Amino acid sequence: MEQLKTIGRELAMGSQGVWGSSKEFLELVKTIGEAKSKAEEERIVLAEIESLKRRIQEPDVPRKKMKEYIMRLVYVEMLGHDASFGYIHAVKMTHDDNLLLKRSGYLAVTLFLNEDHDLIILIINTIQKDLKSDNYLVCCAALTAVCRLINEETIPAVLPQIVELLNHQKELVRKKAVMALHRFFQRSPSTVSHLFPAFQERLCDRDPSVMSAVLCALYDMILVNVKPFKHLVASLVSILKQAVEHRLPKSYDYHRTPAPFVQIKLLKILALLGTGDKAASENMFNVLGDILKRSDSTSNIGNAILYECVRTLTSIYTNPRLLQNAAEITAKFLKSDNHNLKYMGIDALGRLIKITPECAENHQLAVIDCLEDPDDTLKRKTLDLLYKMTKANNVEVIVERMVEYIRNISDNHYKTEISSRVIELAERYAPSNQWFIQTMNQVFEIAGDLVPQKVAHDLMRLIAEGAGEEDEDADSHLRSSAVQAYLQILKEPKLPSILLQVISWVLGEYGIADGSHSAEFIIGKLCDIVATRPGDDKLKGYVVSAITKICAFEKAAGQTVDLIPECVSFIEELYASHSTDLQQRIYEFHAVLKLDRDTIASILPMDASCEDIEVDKDLSFLNSFVESALANGSRPYLSDNERRGMGAMTTLASNNDAGTSSLLRFQPYEKPSIPEPAAALVTASHYSQDAIDQHDIYSKSSSNDGTRLKLEGVQKKWGRPTYTPEAQVPKNPINISDSVKVSSSAAGKEASSRNSSAPPYTERKQPSQEISAEKKKLAASLFGSKAGETKAKPAAKLQQNGTSKKAPAKPTSPPAPAPAPPPADLLDLSDSLPQIPSVDPVDQLADLISVDSSAATSTTSLVEQVLDAGKVATKGPSPQASLQKDSVSRQVGVTPSGGTNPDLFKDLFG
Amino acid sequence: MIDAVLVMNTQGKPRLAKFYKSLSPVKQQEIVRKVYTGLSSRAEHFCNFVEADEIFGAGTKLVYKHFATLYFVFVIDSGESELGILDLIQVFVETLDSIFKNVCELDIVFNFNKVNTVLDEIVMGGQVVETNSTEIVKSVQEIFK
Repeated sequence: MEQLKTIGRELAMGSQGVWGSSKEFLELVKTIGEAKSKAEEERIVLAEIESLKRRIQEPDVPRKKMKEYIMRLVYVEMLGHDASFGYIHAVKMTHDDNLLLKRSGYLAVTLFLNEDHDLIILIINTIQKDLKSDNYLVCCAALTAVCRLINEETIPAVLPQIVELLNHQKELVRKKAVMALHRFFQRSPSTVSHLFPAFQERLCDRDPSVMSAVLCALYDMILVNVKPFKHLVASLVSILKQAVEHRLPKSYDYHRTPAPFVQIKLLKILALLGTGDKAASENMFNVLGDILKRSDSTSNIGNAILYECVRTLTSIYTNPRLLQNAAEITAKFLKSDNHNLKYMGIDALGRLIKITPECAENHQLAVIDCLEDPDDTLKRKTLDLLYKMTKANNVEVIVERMVEYIRNISDNHYKTEISSRVIELAERYAPSNQWFIQTMNQVFEIAGDLVPQKVAHDLMRLIAEGAGEEDEDADSHLRSSAVQAYLQILKEPKLPSILLQVISWVLGEYGIADGSHSAEFIIGKLCDIVATRPGDDKLKGYVVSAITKICAFEKAAGQTVDLIPECVSFIEELYASHSTDLQQRIYEFHAVLKLDRDTIASILPMDASCEDIEVDKDLSFLNSFVESALANGSRPYLSDNERRGMGAMTTLASNNDAGTSSLLRFQPYEKPSIPEPAAALVTASHYSQDAIDQHDIYSKSSSNDGTRLKLEGVQKKWGRPTYTPEAQVPKNPINISDSVKVSSSAAGKEASSRNSSAPPYTERKQPSQEISAEKKKLAASLFGSKAGETKAKPAAKLQQNGTSKKAPAKPTSPPAPAPAPPPADLLDLSDSLPQIPSVDPVDQLADLISVDSSAATSTTSLVEQVLDAGKVATKGPSPQASLQKDSVSRQVGVTPSGGTNPDLFKDLFG
Repeated sequence: MIDAVLVMNTQGKPRLAKFYKSLSPVKQQEIVRKVYTGLSSRAEHFCNFVEADEIFGAGTKLVYKHFATLYFVFVIDSGESELGILDLIQVFVETLDSIFKNVCELDIVFNFNKVNTVLDEIVMGGQVVETNSTEIVKSVQEIFK
């Protein structure tokens, strides 16, 4: 408030004309400054806009007046209000002949318009004219505008003029022309790529200021591609030498430091050029040593140069002596009282330890100081450093620090970033499962829904799999301690959904496993979980599945389960849920409860989320059903080929159904049949009656997602068109007659060899497979991509097998005990259906396994070994390796967040 | 490169906002607000850098200096030197000071045009073009002759 009053007082002075602006403008600023609320300010500004709108459109506004209006518009827009009605007047003002008015016009336009604004096309012509002006100030104004207004499409319109200006007699113009061209390079590198030689020529400009402008451009160009600029190393080093030795004009000094900004830019460029290049780096050592010696470490700018020098030394080919100096400077930074220098010191240390990891030890105390500093920037930077330094022996401390940090911040961006680092470190270096689970729980508690779902699945899998060794005792101890921990956590209010999901799953799977908690107790807890988050359907799904499992375990153990009232009301509610998933789960829950003890025990066995599922590919459990159907006069099964003959086209079609690959159908679609309403719970007998009519529908859908099912070798009970109704026979007379013999003999065989049914099927499969090879060839020649696809298939299968190992009770696991997914439910309700509830968490695990972190590590490990090898003190004999390493460390240096390839850190430090 | 130069007072009112990347006015306002909240909570002796990944994208930093009622903020990426920019802010303020004779917040408000010209002489298209205060004053005076 004090402040505002002073402003008011000064404004009173101002109104006497000190600032030369009109009274009205002063008044405006004054009233805005004194506004007591946002609303009041809004009102004042809106009134101002109204008045400007009116006045700006009056005819014959004096040009001076117009300039003031436009400046007021700029001011209004800076405060966040729309001033677009005045843009056109700003554009007009750029046409003015008066330099000051023209500049004001350009200024307003550069502040108002984005490079894609429609009005820009109206300015291009003016800019073109101004670039050719005799008055160099006009040229400069136009060049400044060019930097902001010209986009990729309009570059060609002004490029020739600007290239000409590179040879303008005024160095100010040359300098700005270089900057404009640099801007074009940033916008669209290809438009100026032919100008690289011209740039390099300007490097030798007689005026050093033009040279320093070129350095800015060079830095960006080298950042994109180093190669074409390697030959410049010698010249750049000599420029740097001149600068360091004070041979540039006095006007470049800053606080008695010779041309510091030029030095810094050059050091940045040399760091890029020297990365992994021994010869280039050796050229630099002398001058870098000189800089270290001469720079004044008492001034800010001197330290800026020193830091830059350290940064360069850690990027280029290593020189032990200079690195020693760099380490000393870093130590000085770290010991400084100045927070800025501490910050630079931490950063420099992060770069140094990549080359000499042991140097971190000397600065332990300084680092801890920075970590405990109240300054958030410094703290975060230090956490960054610690993250790079983490090894198996310090992971517990570092992770503890990080967790403590995220507990105290509210910024979601950094919470997400740091918690993902915690998770990464914990996954990589966790000393024990117990610790890992604890850490994960903390992260979930703090960062909650910012944590990716994958992490939750990993955690559940870890609890389910245990240590992975055969030590069952340890595993069950781990589980019961997890259950214990979660029951404890549940006492806290406001837990994030993702943690509740994990808790629900663990309680469902292991809540009653060790016998210390009753089923009623656990179910009660689960119901409490739902009560805390009434709108969370996903969580409800987890809870229902968990309750299902507990009830199933209890029933299987011969106990009766009395559902507590809350649980009953929760379940009742779900029958009418809007979520079909929840409805499905709840119906399944009821279906399971109605089953007898043995069935339940076999479909939802205790602690079996990591067991393999045995798949009965022959569906032999259906044999008795088929036989009784046959005995009741049903017709025997005919395969597709048998019914349609062995023509090439039909074989293709049958291959489709087997889920091989092609999505194209070569035969006409059957006459549509009316689908039965697809109820989830059709009884088996019901199905058998309606089956014939339904096959087509189901099989079509099954062939669509056939890629997920492994159907080869699976006996087809209800494949695609099985029993073609009599009425359809005449449609395909030729095929039928062709296949009569085969089918009849096959039918005989089938009936006799029910129990060992595989042979006849494989026999019959044979021809179709031969043709399918031909088909693939054809497809390959037609589409080109076939070969790749067939190769890819086994790999996919492998992966799926891997999945099934860990994720047992889930319907998506490929070898599901059914010929096609949709009929599965209908066929054997007793077997596949009740498993679904136990599925969900594990089910989603399936996705994870494909991106298993261990796999990722193994692929990178080779590179890392190479990197390690190249790291030994004097950088090994392999230039290739050191080159690679340097480029890596550079990359890492540029983005210390390490998000791109965090694995690299691991081996560099660990 | 320099992504933006902001001058705002300690109440969070922008006094100068220049962006060297195309951003919608709404986004610009949002950035000004976020920068202000980021800076206003910092104590005087803290370091003059704030990581701004969230506001401007990965690797960007705010380098700021606090003078009386004003914050001078430069938003930079990894191509600029933090400590160097700190001195550049000094150059900027020194230049304003010699042009306005003891510059104060109101000089900047009322001489928007001139302040922008000064900045344009120092930073062009996101790159530093001139770092010598005397030279800058000379060119600005040339323009306003």
